[in-house]
Formats: sequence, structure tokens, C-alpha cells
Amino acid sequence: MNILEKLEQQEIAARAENAAIPDFGPGDTLRVNVKVVEGTRERIQVFEGVCIARKNRALNSAFTVRKISYGEGVERIFPLYSPQISSIEVVRRGAVRRAKLYYLRGLTGKRARIAEKRDERRPSKKKTAKN
Amino acid sequence: MRTGLLARKVGMTRLFMEDGRHVPVTVLLLENCQVTGQRTEKTHGYNAVQLGAGPVKVKNLSKAVRGQFAKAKVEPKRKLVEFRVDADALLEVGAELSVDHFVSGQHVDVSGISIGKGFAGVIKRHHFSGLRATHGVSVSHRSHGSTGQCQYPGKVFKGKKMAGHMGAERVTAQNLVVVRTVDAEGLLMVRGAVPGARNGWVLVKDAAKHPRPDEAPYPAGLRPNKTEEAKAAEAKAAEAKTEEAAAESGDDGADAAAPEAGKAKKD
Repeated sequence: MNILEKLEQQEIAARAENAAIPDFGPGDTLRVNVKVVEGTRERIQVFEGVCIARKNRALNSAFTVRKISYGEGVERIFPLYSPQISSIEVVRRGAVRRAKLYYLRGLTGKRARIAEKRDERRPSKKKTAKN
Repeated sequence: MRTGLLARKVGMTRLFMEDGRHVPVTVLLLENCQVTGQRTEKTHGYNAVQLGAGPVKVKNLSKAVRGQFAKAKVEPKRKLVEFRVDADALLEVGAELSVDHFVSGQHVDVSGISIGKGFAGVIKRHHFSGLRATHGVSVSHRSHGSTGQCQYPGKVFKGKKMAGHMGAERVTAQNLVVVRTVDAEGLLMVRGAVPGARNGWVLVKDAAKHPRPDEAPYPAGLRPNKTEEAKAAEAKAAEAKTEEAAAESGDDGADAAAPEAGKAKKD
């Protein structure tokens, strides 16, 4: 499997050169800028919503973003290293206690809120992680 | 018709293309794929090249097989195969093939030994739908139904699909597209799945149902001769050594000799 791993790492490195991927996780609100080709013209379309899942499989990593569009829930799964993603912005960090937030699918309105992650905590967390 | 390649299946992954598409690919590895023999019309009645690939321990080979490799003057190989070729596409014994034998975008046929499934029932083996779950069916939900007619013809026709051994047979996947080749590492990436298990041997050929592209090298894409390269490298190393020795030995006339040697090195 070494050859495959090496190959995938090369692909990931090639992707990382073009677009840096920010640190984000489930519960975070993301703004994903997607390249869309219309005829010959290429433009950027924004998909903004809550990241409800992340799949970590080297080159096959992906994340799911959910938003409510005109009262209808819409989910989109993006391959993390897809060249169609021009950039990812983290709008808001959410405090959640699950890796997969599939329970949001059954909730709407106030019940589907996610508390914001408190900023003061993060520096201390990082320190412990380093140690 | 030109020769194909003998490769090993590494596994599957995906590649992202610049235009945003992503392509599922099977990675094939070329392990020192060399010509180990020729079959000619004159002596054997047909034209073919024999290819060998993969490292093998010499101690595990019989003396007879060792003799064959000794005669061909190639390193012993784990796997040997023959490819039928036209008379003008015969290759010299010892020539090493490169993955650039195929060009990206080209269609190829890939043959391998499929993964063995053992004794399989008709649902798995022939995609029968089986019997009903209820309405009086007992014990035989996954069985086949009737196998024939009546007193006439009074037999089961040959070729009737039934349960039996499945897999572990030669399968060819036709018209797969070559997505990328990496000559330095001997990697050939083909779109889609390829028969066989990981680490299994596969034969890659020009597609029978597509014309061979003009860019594909004929009679074959060969790697530059290793021995010549090695010789050149050795010669260079030897030259450098002699120069150094000359510079060191000139103790008395060091002032005069050293700069000259330095110049020679730079040149």
C-alpha cells in the first residue's frame, strides 16, 4: 500500500499549493466558494451552511455542509481536495459534542441552533495539545 | 500488432484533474519488465515476445529455469508471459519496457485472474432472482427454478446456468483509458477497475476495439539501456578519482598542479 499512500500524499501536496484548507470541524459554519463553469465562463458560487460531518481518508477526505434554502434543507458533500473548491472560509465556530451532526436533519428553527465556541478556551486547549 | 506490458496491480485511488473532474483509477506497477525471449515464425511457427517481470530469489528456481534466464542474460523473473506480435515488432532479448509504451488518453485492454469466489449459488453467479420468500416456498429461497422442459427433450441442455465454481478465471476488461503514466516509478494509471486482487499480475495491451494512437511508440516504448548508463556513470566516477589522485600526489609542485586540477574538475 506504500505506493498508493505516496501517490495520494503527492496529490494532496499538489492541491495544498493552490488552496490552503483552514482548520474546521463539525458544527462550524462554513462559506465554501465553488467554481462553476457556465458555458465557457467560470464563476464562483458560494455555498454557506453548517458543517455536519467530516470524513478523513487521506485524498478521499470529504465534508458535508447543510443549509436551509427557502425552507428546504439542502446538504452538499464536498471532496476536501477537490480542485472545484476555490476556497473555504470559517464564518463561525460551533460548540458541539458529536462528530456527526445528523440529528440536525430532524430539527428546524430555534432547535437547530448551535452554540458558538468560546474564544477564551481555545488558546489553553492548544497549549495542552502541544504539551 | 505490438507487444503489451506485464504489470502488477497495486490498488485503486482517485485523481483530480485540472478541470475539476475526478477520475477513479487503478494503479499498475511495472517491475523491471524485460524481454526474456523471442518466438519466431521460423523456429516456433509464430511470432511473439516473452516478457518477464518481478524479482525472485534465485535459490527458489530450478536449475532448468535458471539456465533459461542465463541464456537470455537477464535477471531471473517471477512471472513470464508471451505476447503475440507482428514480425517487425519483435524486440531484442534483454530490452526493458517502459510505461511510456502507452500514452495517456489511449484505450487499453487489461487481463488478469479474477478474485476466486469458491462454489457460488446461482444468485451470486448468474444474477438469478431466486424463489419467493413466502407463498409455500420452503428451504429453497436462493435456488434456481426449473432446469428444462419435459419428457421431450428429456435432458438438461448444455450450458444451463447453475451453481458452481466462480471466479479465479482469466478476465479481460476492455477499453480502459490510460489516465497517467509515471516513468520514473513505473506507474501506469488506468481509469476504472481491473480484474484480479491486489498484487496480482495483469497483462496490459492496446485495445482491440480502438485504433492504436499515432503517438504510441512502435514497436515498443523501451527504457534507455541500464548497463550503458551505469557504465557512463562509472567512467565519470573513475575520472574524478584519477583527477583527485593527481592533485594530491603533486605535493612538490602543489601550487602549480592544484589549480590545474581544479580547472579540470570544473570543466
